[in-house]
Amino acid sequence: MSSAHPAAHHDPSHHESAHHESFVRKYIFSTDHKIIGIQYLFMSLFFLFFGFCLMLLMRWQIAYPGHPLPIIGKLFGADSMPGGVMLPQFYNQLGAMHGTIMVFLGVVPLGFAVFGNYLIPLQIGAKDMAFPRLNMFSYWSFFAGGLLMLSSFFLPGGPASNGWTSYSPLSDIAHDGQTIWLFSMAIIIISSLLSSLNFITTIFNLRAPGMTFERLPFFIWAQLITAFLLLLAFPPLEGAAFLQLCDRLLGTSFFLPSGLFVNGQVYNVSGGGNALLWQHLFWFLGHPEVYVIILPALGIVTEIIACNTRKNISGYGLMRWSIIFLGFLSFVVWSHHTYLTGMGTNITAFFQTTTMIISIPSVIIVSALFITLWGGSIRFNVPMLFALAFLPMFGFGGLTGLPLGLAATDIPLHDTYYVIGHFHYVVAPGVVLGLFAGIYYWFPKATGRKMNDVLGHLHFWPTLITMNLVFFPMLIQGLMGLNRRMYDGGATYTFAHDILYWNVFISWAAGVMAIAQLPFIFNFFYSMFNGEKVNSDNPWQSATLEWATPTPPGHGNFTKPIIVYREPYSYSLPGAPKDYSPQDQKDI
Amino acid sequence: MSQETEFIPYIVEPREDTGLYNAKLGIWLFLASEVMLFGSLFSAYILLRVGSFTWPVQSEIQNVPIGAINSIVLLSSSIFFIRAWVALKADDVAKYKRFMYLVILFAFIFLILKGVEYYQHFSHGEFPKTSVFLAIYFLMTGLHALHIIGGILVNSYYAGPGMYLRAQNKQWFINRVEVAGLYWHFVDLVWIFLFSTLYLL
Repeated sequence: MSSAHPAAHHDPSHHESAHHESFVRKYIFSTDHKIIGIQYLFMSLFFLFFGFCLMLLMRWQIAYPGHPLPIIGKLFGADSMPGGVMLPQFYNQLGAMHGTIMVFLGVVPLGFAVFGNYLIPLQIGAKDMAFPRLNMFSYWSFFAGGLLMLSSFFLPGGPASNGWTSYSPLSDIAHDGQTIWLFSMAIIIISSLLSSLNFITTIFNLRAPGMTFERLPFFIWAQLITAFLLLLAFPPLEGAAFLQLCDRLLGTSFFLPSGLFVNGQVYNVSGGGNALLWQHLFWFLGHPEVYVIILPALGIVTEIIACNTRKNISGYGLMRWSIIFLGFLSFVVWSHHTYLTGMGTNITAFFQTTTMIISIPSVIIVSALFITLWGGSIRFNVPMLFALAFLPMFGFGGLTGLPLGLAATDIPLHDTYYVIGHFHYVVAPGVVLGLFAGIYYWFPKATGRKMNDVLGHLHFWPTLITMNLVFFPMLIQGLMGLNRRMYDGGATYTFAHDILYWNVFISWAAGVMAIAQLPFIFNFFYSMFNGEKVNSDNPWQSATLEWATPTPPGHGNFTKPIIVYREPYSYSLPGAPKDYSPQDQKDI
Repeated sequence: MSQETEFIPYIVEPREDTGLYNAKLGIWLFLASEVMLFGSLFSAYILLRVGSFTWPVQSEIQNVPIGAINSIVLLSSSIFFIRAWVALKADDVAKYKRFMYLVILFAFIFLILKGVEYYQHFSHGEFPKTSVFLAIYFLMTGLHALHIIGGILVNSYYAGPGMYLRAQNKQWFINRVEVAGLYWHFVDLVWIFLFSTLYLL
């Protein structure tokens, strides 16, 4: 029987019954937010690895166009890599699937679904999500959507090949892989929609007594805003997917203008549609999506920096307002992705103004984190290294975006490797480093064991260096005008011959980066069973609530009723006996 | 009551500072996302119409009387839903069931009338691929009809087999019905916009 304050009168012994569940109920069709988070973790890490491998195949083709790929190339069929040489169509498919998988099945689930599921109830002092069964449903629909996306590799024509943006009208007339892409995306969108409304309800309604909005850790704020972005920005893409499905399956012409020529003949549809409609519907999702990728990582990094500098976040209140402002504003910047579609100068002026304004809250947040370092007694452990590397890398990613946000400079730079360099700087050395930091930081809570430090350093330093070696030359190539969609890496263009050596350089750097992930993969699985055991529930001596649970937390999370007494980052309070004062502890 | 919902607070009573129980907050968020879904389609409609060389006079190729009757049908079913919910709160189960059956009956009447309209379009050789207007008309009303079908399923469950939930916890059951009602009113409201946009404008 539920009551208004069950936290106050539920004795822990009562929960023992919950542990006697069958294996399937407990680990596969589980409604426990922590198990679901871990299920998402394995799934999204797999997709990250898979998407990375797709990119390695592409990099071989870019560096050595027309050369057969040694050893591995023989494994592919005649319709993708005959004799080990990649076909242009297969290159396009790899590009589309790399983008789709990395964004929708790798980074977003890792930042939002994994850390959100695992940590939101723990950090707000709740026993589970507000809708546990809905949570299970959203994981399994994500699973189904991901599986469907992978299955398209086995279609006769291969998977979708129109980039992760799936621009019409090309996508309307593409082969069947695109249909599967749309169905799969629709399922993934439903999954993230249900997750996001679950997260918001949990954060609003399931906060422990005393956990006011001012006392929420920044990570929770980041997840809250992310959830709102997903909730409100994803449905338009779902609508757009319906429109494109109609175009493909019912013969409508939502995105097909009149008199469209395909293969030298007028395409037999009614016409009257508008190809730009797709771009606007897509980027209305696409830009908030960028913040969906970034914000969870910002939240993770904030937690780690506060804990490892042993001081409060400077300007924490300002950071909260910044992230709210950023969330609102991210809905009115989408057309800076479509400057070159002939929108007219007035609309362009509007969107470049909002784009410049949105950099302000981002800069405030990153500056606050930098200022936090000042005067802190910094502990340089592995999660902190990743978090520290996140700050300049993410800042650099943001700065390289400014020329793309202004229409005048976007004209020469658009569709070049500069764009690729810019957003990969945001996502790879920025966000992915932040997500790695989170994995290293919360690993002891989830498993009771620490990840190995030496292997962590072996992972961190080569990854940081090679990421820069991969993405910085792309900025150079882009400034030289190299187009981003070249199957041969630009070899057919004489102007590009001076910069082709960078293609080889980037590809080898990417190869080294792949090797640099091996220590992480080994560390992750080895430490799960053989890592050094933590001798306390709070190994990092953090003040936030997730460390007030047993290790690993059982079903129901907390063994005692939680009441929150203070701000999340109560480190080094004057007069306190220890340098951290947990949020649920009455006396400092 | 299942194990997993046993220790989740605010399923029955609203939380004091937010004033909402979980499911009510959840459904409002869900409806917000639905607004964005239909909103994207309405925006698509505007953009397609503004960017189009030819656009039919909608009221000429649409069956406006049926559309108007359908609006009344859906509005009435929304009113019946409120009366059902009030009856349920007053513990009058027989009256609750009566009104819920009316809600479901009117939803079916709506679908049948919609089917008649579709049939008329098809028999005039008007298909989704015929023109952009017909395409967006069939898509939006089709998506709306799917929502109606979803509502029928939920409402039938709470009017029939789902009644056992009431025996377990009366207030919780009232909450469930209220949430289903919010969804139903939303579906009704979408139709009002669809009718005015696709038939009258």
